[in-house]
Amino acid sequence: MTIQFKDETFRDDYTFKNSEWAVKRFPFPFHEDSYMYSVNMEQHKGGPEGSIYEKRFDVDEHYISEMRDRSEVLKDDPLRCQSLPHMTLAGWDLLELIMISKSEDYPDLFELHRNGNNWRWINKPMQIDHSFTFLDDATLPYGPMEYITRQTQGDFVILDQRESNLWMDAGMVTTQADWSLDFDIGMNFFEWHAPVPKAHEMGIFTRALKFLLNIQQGAPARRLNWTMTVNPLLDTSPENYHKWGVQKGTLNPKNIGEKQYLRVELQTFFRLPRSNALVFPIRCYLASFDDLMTVPKWGRRLHRVIRDLPEELATYKGFIDNRPMMLDYLSQYDDGKPTSDGIWPDLQTEPARD
Amino acid sequence: MSGAEKINAKVSNIIKLNDLVTRFEFERTDGQLFPTFSGGAHTVIELKDGDLTRRNPYSLMSDPMDQDGYSISVRRDDEGRGGSLFLHNNIKIGDDVVLSHPVNLFSLDLRAKKHLMIAGGIGITPFLAQIKQLDRSHGNWELHYSVRNQSLGTYVNDLMAMHPNDVNIYYDDEKNFIDIVNLLDGQPLGTHLYICGPKGMIDWVVNEASKLGWPNETIHYEEFLAPKPGKPFQVKLSASNKVVNVGENESLLEAIEREGVDAPYLCRGGACGQCETSVIEADGEFIHRDHWLEDDDKSSGKKIMPCVSRFDGKTLVLDR
Repeated sequence: MTIQFKDETFRDDYTFKNSEWAVKRFPFPFHEDSYMYSVNMEQHKGGPEGSIYEKRFDVDEHYISEMRDRSEVLKDDPLRCQSLPHMTLAGWDLLELIMISKSEDYPDLFELHRNGNNWRWINKPMQIDHSFTFLDDATLPYGPMEYITRQTQGDFVILDQRESNLWMDAGMVTTQADWSLDFDIGMNFFEWHAPVPKAHEMGIFTRALKFLLNIQQGAPARRLNWTMTVNPLLDTSPENYHKWGVQKGTLNPKNIGEKQYLRVELQTFFRLPRSNALVFPIRCYLASFDDLMTVPKWGRRLHRVIRDLPEELATYKGFIDNRPMMLDYLSQYDDGKPTSDGIWPDLQTEPARD
Repeated sequence: MSGAEKINAKVSNIIKLNDLVTRFEFERTDGQLFPTFSGGAHTVIELKDGDLTRRNPYSLMSDPMDQDGYSISVRRDDEGRGGSLFLHNNIKIGDDVVLSHPVNLFSLDLRAKKHLMIAGGIGITPFLAQIKQLDRSHGNWELHYSVRNQSLGTYVNDLMAMHPNDVNIYYDDEKNFIDIVNLLDGQPLGTHLYICGPKGMIDWVVNEASKLGWPNETIHYEEFLAPKPGKPFQVKLSASNKVVNVGENESLLEAIEREGVDAPYLCRGGACGQCETSVIEADGEFIHRDHWLEDDDKSSGKKIMPCVSRFDGKTLVLDR
């Protein structure tokens, strides 16, 4: 289908809205009626037609507006994009991966013409038509990572692999769930995960690191992660907490359905061939409670998950104070009926009404 | 499926370089381009030898930017289990092979201000790709390459012709050896050290570097072990409920694969850790040969790396 790109905002007047198409393909992150951490990785090799898993880098109706929001964040705070000097080759790796993937997966939107190292990149939605020399930084207006991630939805972290560890040595981070690239830059896998409760005791990180170190060329992986955000804000950074943290206090029983968003990250992992680094795209999808309740299975399940979530996790994810109000709202949509396994809406197999 | 993703290819050229070493060049059968790779990466080549599927890792030595073909250079080992002999004696131009996507367990640390490379014999191969990668990015490198004699100096002439100022050759038969202590002592701050060659050479260089206070994270080496033959033994695979006899000339991993059990692997040389397997029960002696397990893992009798390690005893039950 042709994507109808929206003109909307993720700040101030918050005109962001999901179409019905976007709601039905929303990556609902709970495959059962409860939630606990796990190393829930699977291969990133496509998925059902139209789903967010189908393409290597999903493009949706929010593309143009998300890219505008990113450029505004960068204008205010250039440190959201950083690349240590040894990561330039990995930046070219990422540019190559995204340009090839998007031009193959969306030939009507993106074109890449290559003649040796003379490349021409056409991004129709953003009206870019640019010729440059591959691996020659001087022929791009930004570094290669910044250039391509100003044109690609989702945050990007590039991890250098050495000493049997991963090091956060480059990234473009403007749509993050309350963490800071500027703070984490140069840290290793255990250092940047230090604030996460419970997972260390469970041995999650040791196993996850082992898995990530072994991700091979041609075999990308993916998982979902989630949190809660009041208002459709992409930039929930610690740097701007003074602006968005207070908005959590504006929730009331009347507006919770439209103001409370489930924030889901599609996290993917690709081995980069020329640098042997690992790129970690973190793509954020937002859906309001009202959006989610249009799928009865998700209404039942979200209520049960939020109700039974351990207190430390609700605190870490930042919604412990609003949980009672969320449950008042969500319980209206839980009729106690069973839910099917897996994350899909399963509208055709809804249990019969009483 | 285990191992890295696979690529169907055929042998496009075979070039004998000297009495021991032959280069094999490959092109894809589907007409597509090969993936690029980083210098130091290896590929696992899969060869049908009658009923046996041989899977041998070799460093990619071609230009990492060249997507039209991959090349490996193989030293004939007359003592081993026949992997390299099979390539030398049986593989012809036009034969089909399966190559894995590149896997790099010996990559350059791109933070280095200078890359100091120490090669012994066929250990030159990963450096050939790394040198091509570094030349393109104007990297600072220096190679010290020790060979047995002039006639066995694989790629010596090419290297000397292209990089006369950065390459130093040492001939054993002329009693010409690398003066490692002085070499290491004179390096600028920010130098990283890379060693690929026989075990004795790796141990010697690593040891000297440590004595001189080189930080561990600046010392990189790659030693692929070839599985060694050994006494036949029997293993029970608990998860797949099979009893497998491991022959004298096959590895435990190969025997498991022969029985149709899908076991994880990457390097098949005791280095990457991917094939680590839990031991459920054992009555006998483990013959651990890998570089992966810590000493206490080895002595615990709870873990084995089936790509290179063996067992000598009555009972062995694995969680596989």
